[in-house]
Amino acid sequence: MTDIQPDLECRDLAKSFDDFQAVDRVNFEVPKGSFFSILGPSGCGKTTLLRMISGFQSPTSGDLRIKGRSMIGVPPNKRPVSMVFQHLALFPTMNIGDNVGFGLRQRGVGKAEIRKRVDEVLERVGLPGVSARRVDQLSGGQKQRVAIARCMVLEPDVLLLDEPLGALDLKLREHMKVELKSLQAAFNTTFVYITHDQSEALVMSDNIAVMNNGRFEQVGTPHDVYHRPGTAFVAGFVGDANSFNAKVTAVNGANISVATDAGVEMKIEAADAGLSVGQNAQVFLRPEAIKLVSSAADIGDSVNVSAGVVDSVLFNGANSSVTVRSTTGGLLKVALPQTGDYTALQKGDEVFTRWHPKQARCFQLAGGAR
Amino acid sequence: MKSDASRLGFYLLFAPILLWLVVLIILPHIGLFIVSISEKVGPRQYETGFGNYAAFFGEPLYWRTFARTAIMSIAATALTLVLGFPIAYYIAKLTRGRTKTTLFLMCMIPFWVSELVRTFGWMILLRETGVFSNALQSLGLVSGPVEMLYNDAAIMVGLVYTSILFMVVPLVTTLDSLDDSLIEAGYDLGGSSTSIMREIVIPHAMPGIVSGCIVVFMLSLGNYLTPILLGGKDSLWFTGMIYTQFITRFNWELGSAFGFLLLGLSSLVVFLGLKLSGQTLSQTMGRS
Amino acid sequence: MIPTIPQPAFTKWCYRAYVTIFFIYLALPLTVVCVFAFNNSVFPSLPWEGFTLAWFFGSEAPYIGVFNERSILRSIGTSAFVAVWVSGLAVVVGTCNAFLFVRHEFRGKAILYMLMLMPLIIPGVILGISILVFSSSAANMLEDATGMWFDGLRPGLPLVILGQFSFITTFATLVISARLQKFDPSLEEAALNLGASKLGAIRQITLPFLLPAIVASAVVSILMSFENFNTTLMLVGSDSPLTITMFDKLKQGSTPVLNAVSLLLIIVSAALGLMSLLFQKRQAPS
Repeated sequence: MTDIQPDLECRDLAKSFDDFQAVDRVNFEVPKGSFFSILGPSGCGKTTLLRMISGFQSPTSGDLRIKGRSMIGVPPNKRPVSMVFQHLALFPTMNIGDNVGFGLRQRGVGKAEIRKRVDEVLERVGLPGVSARRVDQLSGGQKQRVAIARCMVLEPDVLLLDEPLGALDLKLREHMKVELKSLQAAFNTTFVYITHDQSEALVMSDNIAVMNNGRFEQVGTPHDVYHRPGTAFVAGFVGDANSFNAKVTAVNGANISVATDAGVEMKIEAADAGLSVGQNAQVFLRPEAIKLVSSAADIGDSVNVSAGVVDSVLFNGANSSVTVRSTTGGLLKVALPQTGDYTALQKGDEVFTRWHPKQARCFQLAGGAR
Repeated sequence: MKSDASRLGFYLLFAPILLWLVVLIILPHIGLFIVSISEKVGPRQYETGFGNYAAFFGEPLYWRTFARTAIMSIAATALTLVLGFPIAYYIAKLTRGRTKTTLFLMCMIPFWVSELVRTFGWMILLRETGVFSNALQSLGLVSGPVEMLYNDAAIMVGLVYTSILFMVVPLVTTLDSLDDSLIEAGYDLGGSSTSIMREIVIPHAMPGIVSGCIVVFMLSLGNYLTPILLGGKDSLWFTGMIYTQFITRFNWELGSAFGFLLLGLSSLVVFLGLKLSGQTLSQTMGRS
Repeated sequence: MIPTIPQPAFTKWCYRAYVTIFFIYLALPLTVVCVFAFNNSVFPSLPWEGFTLAWFFGSEAPYIGVFNERSILRSIGTSAFVAVWVSGLAVVVGTCNAFLFVRHEFRGKAILYMLMLMPLIIPGVILGISILVFSSSAANMLEDATGMWFDGLRPGLPLVILGQFSFITTFATLVISARLQKFDPSLEEAALNLGASKLGAIRQITLPFLLPAIVASAVVSILMSFENFNTTLMLVGSDSPLTITMFDKLKQGSTPVLNAVSLLLIIVSAALGLMSLLFQKRQAPS
């Protein structure tokens, strides 16, 4: 291999319990120094995958390599990976210094050396001088950083994080997202992060794998996953979207025409959707891709225009939106641009909606039925 | 009006506990102490003094029996801890659901049965004509009957058997509350089974270990049946000595002094145990 | 260690073997006691002479069965009498104590709570002799002063009942307090709000809520009273409860009658114990 060796690679990794396939032949590699997230709903197999990487579960088949060395049969305490547990698992019977020094003690490092390295790593995570404190004297965010320090002091090849932000309140979670990202950059260690929270994955990751039913639906950059979802599941799971069931009425190269169940005609531009006339399809349209127009004069000759009435205004600061009930009966969620143009919008106002054919994603509906 | 009514209710609730503790616990122990410091100088004539305590320290049989009882109780406590810990760990950490409940119940059933019955069982097993002796003979390992009763080992077996539940139950409770992820974290950071046991599991289980040890020690120290029945007439257990002074010799003054010494020892051990582990009596006993 | 951590098969095997041996150790004494209750021999020991029920129902010497052995039947009756009294008293006082400790704040509460726990750390023998000494001196004083006899203060069943009550009450208090602590006081307030009197609210709302704990502690009290030996030994008079009778017989030399009694005791105690656990389980969900 002339390529730079990836820190972590999985080849056809699978795990089944009795007759349940928790992880189904997953393939991926994580390049050195990158932040890799596995995003999926609960029960999708992401925790099982993480526990196989850390060594607490052994795969049914497939291979798992860290820095090119196969980890099959290597017990957790001999793997060059460290894990930040969901509830952090800081040892309550030890003080912070002993917690962080635990791994070094296991390696038989000398006392003075341990103290020096513990102090160093605590300083790097922004908590100098907390060594003597007890675990319960720290705040939630500080505990996070101690848990990371406890792993990083061992200089692992890969750091695994099992939804560590789940227990924090919203404000702190937002803050920790940024902090985790900058810690990762500072340590330049490969992070593998699992979460069910798409915003965590989108903000922090270099690459995201979207997982469902034990399989990877798509692996890509946050931008790709959000704007070019590869499957209907990804389009529906990542971000907010209006979704319609429709029938394909015409295909002309990349231009596709569909008719929704409510009878609305839509024109979509999608290069390789692989659809043919007569198939059932699912169309996803992001609220922020739809433009609100107040008067018919401004519409011009655009496609995908429909008239409607504001059904409700959902005020949520920067994320405010309205739902528009079109004259044909369907409901459409539209993001409100925060430019001040729409502050007067009220329930019952007549508006037009318009969107560009490139903005919608269209997928063949599995089995043609629903 | 209302406060008068609730005040009355308060006193009505207060009366029983006061009566119970004062009449049955506090006054009897004061009385016991007073009797222990009175010396008989003639028929129905007493003087206050520490003669009974002096008699205890002056007679080697007395204080040696006292020391022997204490040392054997400590040994029984240590043995119970060593034997019970793996069982508690197994029940708490390696079993789940129904198996866990079953094993736990199997631990408890012997202790709902009278101590007398349990000791009787050991007598049938250990005595010269007993099950073990017969089994050894039929296996051809020994040529004649073996007496396994009436020695210190038999007392030890009986004491451990009698008190092991009181070690296992608090240990299972504390070990149950140890989150598996802490053990996993220890492994993930490179720990071995021994270092995780020493640095994570045992520190966490300390409250359970202390309360188990206190209870087992007290039960052993105050035990009468097991040493007398399994150790025989010469078992030299301090409670036996108290019984002799009270019932056989009718020397209540000396018996009371003995009783107070035993009470002092057991209180001291409880106090030290709680101090060493930084716990309070309410935490340790209140949840049993 | 825990199931998710790989361990050598040999270690696992050794561990299981140890656990198995431990449970055999637990079961062995009780098993032999039960088995020899059916041995057709005058000694509870090997060799096995064949199966018999004579030790339960026999009426001809030397095979006098439990159900025909007067002294044992009488002592079972004595034990039951003591147990019912102890359990009743302990539950009543325990319930009062629970209300006192859970519902009231007063000076010296912590000290009183400590005192309440004391009987747990006083060896049973000491509890016995202290009550014996105290009641005897009280009897002496009263008799000197009045010239009347105070038999109730001399060793005998009343003292046995008081002696057992003195420490069993602590257990009853702990069990009932634990339940009362889980009670939501707003339920009682709701009853008051709907027009119930204070006592009525306690009787109709709180006591039914406490019932599982009350029953469980009554059962446990009966069990503890039945098998108590140390305290009873010091306070017993001419009527002896079962454990004392069995102890005396055991000292004289054992016969399979004792196995038969023990078997019955094992069955009854296990049944009662399971019952109390079931009751405590039932209080867990709420």
